[in-house]
Amino acid sequence: MPGSMIHAEGLTKQFGTLTAVDQVSLDLAEGEVFGFLGPNGAGKTTTVRMLTSLISKTSGVAVVADCEIGKEADELKLRARIGLLPENVGLYENSTAYENLEYFGQLYGLDGATLRRNIERLLRTMDLWEKKDVPVATFSKGMKQKVAIARALVHDPILVFLDEPTANLDPEAAKMVREILLALKKEKRTIFLNTHNLDEAQRICDRVGILRTRLLTVGSPRELETRMSGNRTVVKLERASEAIAGAVEAQIGSGRVEVSGDQLLVDVDDPDRQNPVIAAAIVAAGGRIRQLTQLSTSLEEVYLKLIHEEALPS
Amino acid sequence: MRFSQAWLIARHDIRLIRSRKGIFYSLIAMPLGISLGFSGLIYYIAASGGSSAASYLPQFIDAFSFWFVIGAASLPTTIAAYGIVGEKVEKSLEPLLSTPTTDGEILLGKALSAFVPTMGAVWAGSVLYMGLVDWGVWGTFGHLYFPNLDIAILLLVLAPLVCLYSVEVSILVSARVTDVRSAQQYAGLVFLPLILLYVAGELGKPVLNDTNLLIIGGVFALIVLALFSTATKTFHREEILTRWK
Ligand SMILES: Nc1ncnc2c1ncn2[C@@H]1O[C@H](COP(=O)(O)OP(=O)(O)OP(=O)(O)O)[C@@H](O)[C@H]1O
Ligand SMILES: [Mg+2]
Repeated sequence: MPGSMIHAEGLTKQFGTLTAVDQVSLDLAEGEVFGFLGPNGAGKTTTVRMLTSLISKTSGVAVVADCEIGKEADELKLRARIGLLPENVGLYENSTAYENLEYFGQLYGLDGATLRRNIERLLRTMDLWEKKDVPVATFSKGMKQKVAIARALVHDPILVFLDEPTANLDPEAAKMVREILLALKKEKRTIFLNTHNLDEAQRICDRVGILRTRLLTVGSPRELETRMSGNRTVVKLERASEAIAGAVEAQIGSGRVEVSGDQLLVDVDDPDRQNPVIAAAIVAAGGRIRQLTQLSTSLEEVYLKLIHEEALPS
Repeated sequence: MRFSQAWLIARHDIRLIRSRKGIFYSLIAMPLGISLGFSGLIYYIAASGGSSAASYLPQFIDAFSFWFVIGAASLPTTIAAYGIVGEKVEKSLEPLLSTPTTDGEILLGKALSAFVPTMGAVWAGSVLYMGLVDWGVWGTFGHLYFPNLDIAILLLVLAPLVCLYSVEVSILVSARVTDVRSAQQYAGLVFLPLILLYVAGELGKPVLNDTNLLIIGGVFALIVLALFSTATKTFHREEILTRWK
């Protein structure tokens, strides 16, 4: 599939008798930012480790950056193409920020000039250039996280896996890292982002997947909210009437409108398209709108609902 | 297996070792101590024995030379242990494994980072020792004592082999422990057989003649090979990420 960065089908990992990841199928297109959500122990890290060929899969297939997972001949090629920020930053504490990046750049086989250029560009982006010769042991957690992100990018990978880049950071450091993620998104890099943070996922990701051993659902944050909620539009009128309700029903579909006091409650599938239609129908029927609001389930509610019920929406 | 990739890792680890003053100084101090201390003893024995010293001096010189083999076994344990345990403590193995480097290259790099500085130090110390001894016993023997076949076997065959053996044991042990000290304690057991050989030699048993040295070398070569296959199995990325503590 052209433009496909990740294609996984039935990806499964068992540790002994424990199934850590069960039958995960997903596709990521080039340039997409994908958020992988799930509670502790959901299998996010395990999935990333399989997709980066750090651990073997028990079953299923996956093609990542045109390399087949589990095929030995493809392994080095795959690792050269992708970057990984692991859960633990794993920097060499007594080495400087520059030395940490330099070592990895060399392992990726970059020539001297390219390496120096990339390191300087990245450390400047991370606002760490002035500190390049300071041992990272003296850095704050947020600064270390930035060095580790820079390390994952030092060879200009086309696909980056970030395993909870903002976990354990204070709000300010987390914000700093999030801004870097947004900048990466602007650069059109494909990003696979593991996170617990729904707000982060919502702001940064084009699509999210919710995992609890199995992949419960995938879609854009907006889509998930809509798909899960049975979205409702609430229209407050000067005076609600059956006639106005009928006019709206004629546009949106029968049985979808309910009158409650001076409000109309309308079930919608696609609020962006249908709300203007509703408003126009009301006005045409002589109704006067005081307020029109969208009642929707937030991504957080979707997440909690799925995680707890493990209901599988279509 | 790309040697250049392994060498990148070795070079990086050697640089880290240089910043650990304790390890760095012991690497210099032990071979230097052996050279200076034992050549000094030889001077003393030669000077106090007069012309009769020529008959028993070789036995001392050869026994002291064996200390370079013991050095080759004992020096790399700390370096090799740091090479593995250090990465475990800093949790840097996962990012390292995510680079385009094979498990074998990482293992070889780790082994080289302990082997190369150790053998460098041992050989440098032994050259100094040979020079000092030759200078000191020239009057007694009327000819140069070193170089000779004995020392060539010791330094070029036995010392590298026991060094490799010690490196491999240290790596295997380090895979199972979480601190350098316990790695060292276990790995310290590796040079026990060497000490036994040495003591036997000192007691006058002719254990350290050329033939026996070559046989011992052969035994170590087999052990090195056997350990190598165990080490490659242990140093497997899935094993490292999912089972190492
Ligand atoms: N090496 C291992 N051996 C046995 N079980 C493991 C191993 N690694 C992970 N697991 C189990 O697999 C499951 C998934 O773990 P994983 O680390 O992938 O979750 P996660 O979604 O990344 O969680 P977190 O948010 O805490 O990072 C957990 O039940 C975990 O205990
Ligand atoms: Mg995790």
